[in-house]
Amino acid sequence: MWLIAEREGKTVADSDPAIVVEGLRKTYGAPRAGAKRPGGKPALAGLDLTVPSGTVHAVLGPNGAGKTTCVRILATLLRHDGGRAEVAGYDVLRHPDEVRHRIGLLGQHAAVDEELSGRQNLEMFGRLHHLGGRRAAARADELLERFGLGDTGTKAVGRYSGGMRRRLDLAASLIVRPRVLFLDEPTTGLDPRGRTEVWQSVRSLVGDGTTVLLTTQYLEEADQLADRVCVVDHGRAVANDTTDQLKARIGGDRIDIVLRDAGQLAAAASVIGMATRAASVETDPDRRRIGAPVTDRVAALTETVRALDAAGIEAEDIALRRPTLDEVFLHLTGEHMDEPTSGGTRAKTLTEEETSV
Amino acid sequence: MTAMTLVDSWTMTRRGLAHWARQPVQVVVGLVFPVMMLLMFAYFLGGGMTVPGGGDYKHYLVPGMLALTMAFGLEATMLAITQDLNKGVIDRFRSLPMASSAVLIGRSVLDMLQSALSVLLLIGVGLAMGWRWHGGIGDALFAVGLLLWLRFAMLWIGIYLGLLAGRPELVQAVQILVWPIGFLSNVFAAPESMPAWIGSIAAWNPMSATATAVRDLFGSPGGHGASWAAEHAGLLAVCWPLALLVVFFPLAVGRYRGLSR
Repeated sequence: MWLIAEREGKTVADSDPAIVVEGLRKTYGAPRAGAKRPGGKPALAGLDLTVPSGTVHAVLGPNGAGKTTCVRILATLLRHDGGRAEVAGYDVLRHPDEVRHRIGLLGQHAAVDEELSGRQNLEMFGRLHHLGGRRAAARADELLERFGLGDTGTKAVGRYSGGMRRRLDLAASLIVRPRVLFLDEPTTGLDPRGRTEVWQSVRSLVGDGTTVLLTTQYLEEADQLADRVCVVDHGRAVANDTTDQLKARIGGDRIDIVLRDAGQLAAAASVIGMATRAASVETDPDRRRIGAPVTDRVAALTETVRALDAAGIEAEDIALRRPTLDEVFLHLTGEHMDEPTSGGTRAKTLTEEETSV
Repeated sequence: MTAMTLVDSWTMTRRGLAHWARQPVQVVVGLVFPVMMLLMFAYFLGGGMTVPGGGDYKHYLVPGMLALTMAFGLEATMLAITQDLNKGVIDRFRSLPMASSAVLIGRSVLDMLQSALSVLLLIGVGLAMGWRWHGGIGDALFAVGLLLWLRFAMLWIGIYLGLLAGRPELVQAVQILVWPIGFLSNVFAAPESMPAWIGSIAAWNPMSATATAVRDLFGSPGGHGASWAAEHAGLLAVCWPLALLVVFFPLAVGRYRGLSR
């Protein structure tokens, strides 16, 4: 990943972690109007997370894993029940104002006033940061320009496109350069173009030394933006690594073979198993596909082609690839959720995931 | 109240004023609606109404309509609060290093401003209809003060209900319910003209207290009544909103703080 390479060359002046989360617990109270989930089930069940200053950290997990709860606690919007959370050196419960001075928040839903123009919004938020009228206006102009919204004039934000609204939202999070920026599913609900726009904006920020905590359901997003990934499931961290380390956990590279004839699937699987010396081979009858982990890429490819040829099995496509984060994620959470007794269960889970991606 | 609270509250009030500038039609509709009601009840129904103790129904109606308009302000406040809650912008406010009370104070200032305009407009239309106040200017100002005092209590009920409901759809239920509660008063008809038990409830309605007190101060008909509540309307017009505030102000503030639970 180019992002890691670029960032590793830089020394981070502030060596204290920007975010420290220890044993964070949160259970929502009695069900009430607008509550996202019924009471009782913990949203966070002892989450641990440490984010070094100046890095981009992704929190990855499915819906209901506790990602948003975590961000809302760190952004002082929600009070936790147990554990400890510090942002930029301040405890979020004891010094919420100190934290608020040092954070920016981009929530799941655009947190801007839709009836006002972009400029009116940014000026208002600038005043609420106590910049004073003149500086708030100047800052609004700067940010509009920087996020490509300089020509929006007096148009109400409600008439912006999704991508524009998200960029304005991001600009509003950056009125005062935050030490820690929270991005809660920043591209959920955006079309691919809007997503690219937001990604570009986030990348341009990272250079400034801002620490970014990003939650996402999109593995590609974590891969694109983050130095490290914390995989969250059922309110707990199940892994905390670089994306490459996570991928390494599932084994090395993988080979995928698509057959012409689904009837040859079983025969092909055993041939490929011998050729690649893989412990487990997955078959996907619907797609006529066989997948196996490999250690030596070129040798595995050569051996597979030769063995298939010798057995008279025709392949439509053969590809070598790195494992996806989807596979890593299911590998981790699948294991966490129902402790597979054999490799077979796990392989099946992976295959199911592949078909759904 | 610190300087920061004042500055931030002013910023939040400006936000509301900017909404007015962008949606003038909404503001106008909000102001015209009570005028329309006043005209409808005065000229469509008024001919069939009798005023307790005699007098022109229009002169009885104008102070009642003023009190009702103050009470109906509740739903406007509630709607504005639920809309903010659902737009996500409230999360932005709550994550900023601003005075957290400013969001609610700004709302209050704006709604009180709107209501003051509404009172002025209704009085103007009333005057055009031939209604007059017969007391001094001091009494008239006191009457306006009592009206806005009722509105202030309704404001905090509206904030509380808005925070409680959380969704704009639930405002509709309140918009329907305010009608029977509004009519269960002496705003349009004397409680003595209603079945006895309903009449006694109507006599104790906070709106009745304000309406009667205001009628008395303006020298309009209906400024006195048979019941204890009507005889002590001035006292009740001060105490009722106070009692409502004692209950709903802490509830609303607690609920707003409770957004982080």
